[in-house]
Amino acid sequence: MSEGSTRISDGSPTPTTPAERSWPLWEVFVRGKRGLSHVHVGSLHAPDAEMALRNGRDVYTRRQEGVSLWVVRADDITASSPDEKDSFFDPAADKIYRHPTFYDVPDDVEYL
Amino acid sequence: MLVVVGMRVVVGVLMVGCAGRGIHPGILSGARQAATVPGVVPRTLPGSGVISHTGRMYGNDVIDPNEPLNAAEQAAAEGTDDGVASLSPAGRREQAATDLAAFDALIAADQRIEPRDAMPEKYRQTLIRQIAQHAHSEIIGMQPEGNWITRAPSLRRKAILIAKVQDEAGHGLYLYSAAETLGIDRQELLERLHDGKQRYSSIFNYPTLTWADNGAIGWLVDGAAIMNQVPLCRCSYGPYARAMIRVCKEESFHQRQGFEILWTLMRGTESQQAMAQDAANRWWWPALAMFGPPDTGDAAAGPTSGSHTEQSMAWGIKRFANDELRQKFVDMTVPQAQKLGLTLPDPDLRWNEERGHWDFGQVDWDEFWRVLRGDGPCNAERIAHRRRAHDDGAWVREAANAHAAKAQTRARESAA
Ligand SMILES: [Fe+2]
Ligand SMILES: [Fe+2]
Repeated sequence: MSEGSTRISDGSPTPTTPAERSWPLWEVFVRGKRGLSHVHVGSLHAPDAEMALRNGRDVYTRRQEGVSLWVVRADDITASSPDEKDSFFDPAADKIYRHPTFYDVPDDVEYL
Repeated sequence: MLVVVGMRVVVGVLMVGCAGRGIHPGILSGARQAATVPGVVPRTLPGSGVISHTGRMYGNDVIDPNEPLNAAEQAAAEGTDDGVASLSPAGRREQAATDLAAFDALIAADQRIEPRDAMPEKYRQTLIRQIAQHAHSEIIGMQPEGNWITRAPSLRRKAILIAKVQDEAGHGLYLYSAAETLGIDRQELLERLHDGKQRYSSIFNYPTLTWADNGAIGWLVDGAAIMNQVPLCRCSYGPYARAMIRVCKEESFHQRQGFEILWTLMRGTESQQAMAQDAANRWWWPALAMFGPPDTGDAAAGPTSGSHTEQSMAWGIKRFANDELRQKFVDMTVPQAQKLGLTLPDPDLRWNEERGHWDFGQVDWDEFWRVLRGDGPCNAERIAHRRRAHDDGAWVREAANAHAAKAQTRARESAA
């Protein structure tokens, strides 16, 4: 039942060189079309930015899903911490006067 | 020619792009979460010694009753899943409880869990195992059809097959990327696959003996995969759900090209029709088995599977029971087989007016477990081939490293 093109290896453990493990993680962002922002689509490992871009193209835009690609070292991204998500975003909660619906204006005024 | 070049690039990605033993603490990937959420996620990342006891079936999670639970699940099964308490001082315990309450509230509201959110350790472990084995299925799934690329009957078929196999590589990469957001490195997952500690869908342990098998795989195997994967687009874990949306978009091409292969053969010579029928005969039952054993009843996997399924459903990882999806698949596929003029190899297959569904026979679950545990026609070959592809790609990875180092040196010199 063997398939013609398949060879069998000797089963020894797959050697993994130290260099192989050192590739950084890159986050990939795609601009779907002109007029839209770049959107995060996933990540990949690559030795440098150029390879990350090329691999990002093959992994994330095989069907013309993008017109522009960003790759960013995951290490270089600083994110807010979920621990402080309440205190961090709280200041916005009590400033409802930032929304247009806060203001009482007569119903019959147009274009307001 | 262009297509072939494109293919080479992605095969390169697949073999090359599995670097990094140490966890890269990518913010978006959520790896840093392990250190920042007290108590709820572990301080230490899962060791490579964890033996998975389930078979990944493209979107469900099948427990092998013969294998022991891993440590995380053992603790949870015994109701001692309080790594929280043992890790944390009293003050942090409170914080952890708050985090878990937040998790429960998100699940109850059918909201998505994102990488840096607090989550129960067992939720994280279940997802790592399920996503990893799903990813393994995608890349091992390249082999049965990859086997026919050089023998495709026309340039058109060859180009299509290359694109299809390339997509499967992409699916694997989307999924490894999603798994990494849970704080595990892809290289470690690949090692678990190579060492036989994690499995892939049993379906890929069957050989592709004729050209028609490529049609049967696209039509039945990708068809069954779609049935399993569509509900996963609403999975509670954000990165997994997003990867599934991407995958599902691409799968419909896979299914249609498979159907078209059989459609063409069935309108061909007598021997072409016989070839198509033979392929349907061999792939029908393994395709039904892809949905996994029944969730309940005699043929269910074992004492733990029911509660495991229940837990996955409660967490929004699993949306439908295995039997439910299997029935949907049969109902969808029988009319397609009739259209093709193929006879499905099941004497018990008949329309049940009362139920409004097709009745069908029993999957051979003994065979299912046998193949899953390693005794299938191609198990050894698949892993050996995978390992060799990885080893043979070593020089490509080294070259990429050398090129990156050289470019960096040049950039530094020109800046100086
Ligand atoms: Fe796939
Ligand atoms: Fe597919």
